[in-house]
Amino acid sequence: MIRLEGLTKRFGTFTAVNGIDLHVPRGELFGFLGPNGAGKTTTLRMIAGILRPTAGRVVLGGVDLIADPMKAKAILGFIPDRPFIYEKLTGGEFLRFVAALYGQDGDVVEHRIGELLEVFELSQWRDELVEAYSHGMRQKLIISSALVHRPELIVVDEPMVGLDPKGARLLKDLFRAFTARGGTVLMSTHTMEVAEAMCDRIAIIQNGEIAARGTMAELRQQTASGDASLEDLFLRLTGGSAARELAAILEG
Amino acid sequence: MTPSLFTLISPKWRTSRTRLRQGRATGGRGKIVVLAVVGLLFWLMVFGVLYRVLAYFRGVEEIGPLLAGKLLGLALLSFLSILLLSNVVTALSSFFLARDLDLLVSAPVDWLDLYLAKLGETLLHSSWMVALMAVPIFAAYGVVYDGGLLFPVVVIAVFFPLLMLPAVVGSATTLILVNVFPARRTRDLLSVITIAAAGILVLLFRLIRPEQLARPEGFRNLLDFITILRAPTSPFLPSEWAARSVMGYLVGSWAWLDIALLWSTAGAFVVVGAVLHQRLYPVGFTKAQEGAERFVRGWFWQAALAPVGRFLSVAKREFIVKDIKLFFRDATQWSQLILLGVLVVIYLFNIRALPLFTGEQVPFFFVTLVSFLNLGLAGFVLAAIAARFIFPAVSLEGRQMWLLRSSPLDLRALLWSKYWTGTVPLLVLALIITVFTNVLLKATPFMMAVGIGTILLLTLAIAALALGFGALYPQFDTENAAQIPTSFGGLVFMMTTVALLAVIIVLEASPVYAYLQATRNDEPLRVLTPQFLLPLAGVLLICLLATALPLRIGLARMEEFEF
Repeated sequence: MIRLEGLTKRFGTFTAVNGIDLHVPRGELFGFLGPNGAGKTTTLRMIAGILRPTAGRVVLGGVDLIADPMKAKAILGFIPDRPFIYEKLTGGEFLRFVAALYGQDGDVVEHRIGELLEVFELSQWRDELVEAYSHGMRQKLIISSALVHRPELIVVDEPMVGLDPKGARLLKDLFRAFTARGGTVLMSTHTMEVAEAMCDRIAIIQNGEIAARGTMAELRQQTASGDASLEDLFLRLTGGSAARELAAILEG
Repeated sequence: MTPSLFTLISPKWRTSRTRLRQGRATGGRGKIVVLAVVGLLFWLMVFGVLYRVLAYFRGVEEIGPLLAGKLLGLALLSFLSILLLSNVVTALSSFFLARDLDLLVSAPVDWLDLYLAKLGETLLHSSWMVALMAVPIFAAYGVVYDGGLLFPVVVIAVFFPLLMLPAVVGSATTLILVNVFPARRTRDLLSVITIAAAGILVLLFRLIRPEQLARPEGFRNLLDFITILRAPTSPFLPSEWAARSVMGYLVGSWAWLDIALLWSTAGAFVVVGAVLHQRLYPVGFTKAQEGAERFVRGWFWQAALAPVGRFLSVAKREFIVKDIKLFFRDATQWSQLILLGVLVVIYLFNIRALPLFTGEQVPFFFVTLVSFLNLGLAGFVLAAIAARFIFPAVSLEGRQMWLLRSSPLDLRALLWSKYWTGTVPLLVLALIITVFTNVLLKATPFMMAVGIGTILLLTLAIAALALGFGALYPQFDTENAAQIPTSFGGLVFMMTTVALLAVIIVLEASPVYAYLQATRNDEPLRVLTPQFLLPLAGVLLICLLATALPLRIGLARMEEFEF
């Protein structure tokens, strides 16, 4: 469903993403982990068509994103990490607008908007301007907007930020149901427990390159870590000395 | 140990320094040169006009210095009112909505340091333009009255407390308002009040017809004016204290009391402002965090545009509906329509006030000439409106570009929607201005046709230029749409549009001249001549190119945007 071939992004002389190859098949929930500044968000933004790759290809559902962006983006739902939305639209109007960007309107869309707002407990805020929404409510609205056009794959950057435990649980259930029905999710997160519990496979990215990838069992095998947790694996692969140094600073 | 006032303001000046350095590094030198040249020309113009006026005043016995002092008092009073309004608006951002406030309020910062830091920020942001504007004015006074080397020091000593006073009063007003209304409501309220006040001031100034003073029949008014000059003015106005201090120094009689009044009042106001801040700020800041609940049904525009929307694609239709809703729900945006209304009224009033139909028969030549040149003026007005409303269109989408770029939206649809949402109202306005002015001027059907045809083509081109330049010079970091047209890109757009207007007027001069000749000689107008047809074809071609090219270039630029 998602195929990255030699994906590279340079900002001036700095290489943020360096020749990533990745394949996420249909029906898989794939976790994308890495320390801050490793290149996760840049990779996800290239997949979403917001950033243009310096080199390499992004293929979504068999369609090359650069060659035919309209067709490739039509099956995608994107949830960014720092979303800005039109403050002077109501939640309902925003969802209707997003559906229109995907060429969808009419009663079906209205019904779907009602359903999504109901699921995310935003129904009573449907006619309120977004400027009055809390951070968590905005996050729920963004997630709804990524689902309103019925995408085949979802690319999501830090989905749990700002969600209350109920909202986070709802999102986990939603992603599971989505992949069970053949949808694909590529998710970047810093929450190791979430990644460990939810993802079918995981890739750990560091300095713009994939340091390790596979199922939890495969990752343990690659790093010869016995039955270590994902957090331990992550720290081993990305260098956990900083955490120890931080503890020393706080104690000192 | 609590952080010092210097620590609080250091991020601001460090940011400005870095921005300046980055601007220089990324080829911003050209921009600085263009802005400096334009600014210098403006300064020279103000200086030149005032120099002539003051030199004339200086030659007038007795009332000369009186007039000069009165003029300075008036200028400073206008500055004071402008500053008061702008400080009220700026204080709302710096004291209650700025992004650094969470950090500062949660840190162990002394309340007085916070007040002084934010007061300084408010003063700087709201007063720098007025301070720059004051430079050529004071320079003219200094030169004409031989102020000498000490004069700049006197000016600074007088002007600084004058800037401080409205900053304190403005901040205190905002503090009280925020304690009464939620911050977002206060912002809406203030923008409408500010714009309406500015509009009414401009309108009143025009409607009293100051040009009548320059006419011989206006002498009676001038005598009245002199009587007013001799009358004492309000002793409580700081602008009067400042004017008296400056004029006192220039004519050799130091007004120590006035300078002392300025400084002591400014000092006392800062103290009162600080006390108010200490008492009211914690409650006000908390209230500013509360969102204003606003439920909106929003069916009106959906229903109003439904007949047109049926012929458009879903994305284009929803884009237009979205843009119109955003515009009318943002008080900082729609309130500009008040100024626009004032502008149109003044424009039509000016045309009506032209002394063309007073007394004897006015030569047909003059009416035609005014009607023709009016096209350039109308074009300029349309360009200014396009700069305000169409130029920022692309910039305002910047923060939501993640959504637009990750969806299968064709950017051409976006540009198309933006173009027509801006062009249709502009076209209506252009036609109203042109038809009404030509009716007022009693222009002939030929001139009416030339006017309507030209203004139609020009409007299409001006709107495209505004959108194209807006995409070429986007301001994605600016949240306030009103600031976007004053950017470098806005300046380039205005300069390009003025050049286009000049070319069109020059080209059309030839067929209009042929028409004038034919009418004067009582001959039929020969339309099928190269002298008549070629310039008109040139106008058509240039306007079409000025429409198509900017849109094409703007689209190409938008496709390169990365976020």
